[in-house]
Amino acid sequence: MESGVDIEKLSVRIKEKVLLRGVSLHVKTGETHILMGPNGSGKTTLARAILGDKRYTVTDGKIEFNGADLLKLKPHERARLGIFVSFQEPVALQGVNTLSFLKTAYESVNSTKITTSEFKKIVGKYLEKVGLPESINERHVNEGFSGGEKKKFELLQLLLLKPKVAILDEIDTGLDLDAMKALSSTVNEMLPETGFLIITHSDRILKHIKPTLVNVMKDGSIIRSGGMELVEEIEKGGYKID
Amino acid sequence: MEKLEIQADRYDFKEDIDYKVRFPNGLSERVIKNLSDIKGEPNWMKEFRLNAYKFFSRRPMPNWIDGLDKLNLNDISYFALASDKKSTSWEDVPKKIKDTYDKLGIPEAEKRALGGVEAMFDSTVVYNNVREELKKEGIIFCDTDSAVKDYPELVKKYFGKVVSPNDNKFAALNSALWSGGSFIYVPKGVKVKLPLQAYFRINAANMGQFERTLIIADEGADVTYVEGCSATTYSKESLHAAVVEIIAMKGAHVKYITIQNWSSDVYNLVTKRAFAYENAYVEWIDANIGAKLTAKYPSVYMLEPGAKANILSIAFADKGQHQDAGAKAIHLAPATSSVIRSKSICLNGGRTTYRGLVKIPRGSKDSNTSVTCDALIFDDDSRTDTYPYMEISEESADVSHEASVGKIGEDQRLYMESRGIPENEGINMVVLGFVGEFIKELPMEFALEFNRLIKINMENAVG
Repeated sequence: MESGVDIEKLSVRIKEKVLLRGVSLHVKTGETHILMGPNGSGKTTLARAILGDKRYTVTDGKIEFNGADLLKLKPHERARLGIFVSFQEPVALQGVNTLSFLKTAYESVNSTKITTSEFKKIVGKYLEKVGLPESINERHVNEGFSGGEKKKFELLQLLLLKPKVAILDEIDTGLDLDAMKALSSTVNEMLPETGFLIITHSDRILKHIKPTLVNVMKDGSIIRSGGMELVEEIEKGGYKID
Repeated sequence: MEKLEIQADRYDFKEDIDYKVRFPNGLSERVIKNLSDIKGEPNWMKEFRLNAYKFFSRRPMPNWIDGLDKLNLNDISYFALASDKKSTSWEDVPKKIKDTYDKLGIPEAEKRALGGVEAMFDSTVVYNNVREELKKEGIIFCDTDSAVKDYPELVKKYFGKVVSPNDNKFAALNSALWSGGSFIYVPKGVKVKLPLQAYFRINAANMGQFERTLIIADEGADVTYVEGCSATTYSKESLHAAVVEIIAMKGAHVKYITIQNWSSDVYNLVTKRAFAYENAYVEWIDANIGAKLTAKYPSVYMLEPGAKANILSIAFADKGQHQDAGAKAIHLAPATSSVIRSKSICLNGGRTTYRGLVKIPRGSKDSNTSVTCDALIFDDDSRTDTYPYMEISEESADVSHEASVGKIGEDQRLYMESRGIPENEGINMVVLGFVGEFIKELPMEFALEFNRLIKINMENAVG
């Protein structure tokens, strides 16, 4: 069955400030949606609203996943349904061992229990793919990670948790060439089973990924949707498009 | 809104006891004379008490600990006798008192994993027993009142020598009013494999508990001592002012573990100090989970070359609690070495303070010290402070110091939730990860107990 996230006329504010004004977007498995736009246009707000960050208040509209009302669910319940939202600036979890964090997340999302040695095998495979050393297992989550390591660690979790819909918030910034390749091959491999909403500032990622739809956001609204020609337009003239 | 709590209240229950003796509230020289008379002590101990009371009266309240000004020493009862006999079998302990220790799981633990147990209820020790094989090796483990009568030579030689009755106001108060506590002597070369445990319980309201512990590990001896503490919650305050003295002779090893879980109306003002002689090794593992206010800085005085100290301080401060805890390492000989680690967590407006002192005076050559203080804060209402005093005047000293403050704010919780981990599970993971190295150093039985104690409970209120 085809599944996906349906966002209908979503309005969001934080305190008194209106950040999203009636945004509609539909991301189905097997599709790749690109979301571009200047800083402060509301891209991350959209990601946070899908995630369920309660600091963002939804004032109107809906977010559904296969017909289920996501707005009624807590963030971890959304994750268990198959939503994954990557963080632009993943926070450090002092003292929390990376491997046990990943294992807890894996077990929680899949409602299963797995032995540490079995789990290590699964993680080992993905570590190689994203280009992180096995020694990362012994470290604490994001603690002392370089910018690139943090992004790769987000990518690792994407691979591990196999969501139905993934929202990748600027996961491509700060990635080296190899990591960039790992990212695009991950997206392409997961695509049949996953829908992607990729928030990005650059066209680098689009060299290897074919978007279903490119959306441009400005002042809390999606002002244009289209194909690759939109990206070229932006590359030339910035966001001065209407 | 979520409310995060430390699960400490499972020890909050009360037994209605008909006390044989219960002093009215208030403190005077007469109280001390009465106490000494009830105990039928030798004169030298009575003199020691009265002398200490003079020191206490002369000293002002320490003004460097926030919140002490609210403690009214005239609202405290200084002695309560729940049972006039001390038993060596749980069957002989009066039922209501035994019920308390059953609920705390002490007799169970004794069978499984302990070399000896002492149970103190309000002012006196009600149960004390040591395994036969330990007695045969000459190990003494009894309450300190009995030691005054049965081992006067050892007590006279060491009592009050590590912590002088004039050391500080609350050490003076304890020296004047002490009752109960443990006396341990481990003979030369004897290694005690199973830990010895004491459990201190405050059951009465407005109670003052003043246990006094003296541990002597003779040359090459090895012993682990564990103390647990809990109390019934009342709306009125109680006071726990203990003094613990340790003597680790040449080559001895003493490990002293505290899991302090007083109710949140107890002022916990404790002086703990060890003398470590040549190549001796003293470890303090000090976890403070309960109490309204704790002021406690376990110390090791390294008096001869090769002495070592390892002090691990853990503090949890929830709403209305202030844990002012830390450590002191005093290097008074060459080639001495100390490690101090502090881990503190504050939430819901709780407050933690690390206060520590390391001294390496000139002449204590080739000594080293390492101090690490990590604090974890859950919210903006909570507070943590660090006062790591260092007095290093020996040039060859190797000194390292690190401090960190981590925050488990909304972002950390959300990050874990976004990966499918429920909020309370995530917080548990963070807390247990943070104090993991402490748990590794506990004997198995206590590690399990500790994990249970700090399992964080989350309530969802309608908001």
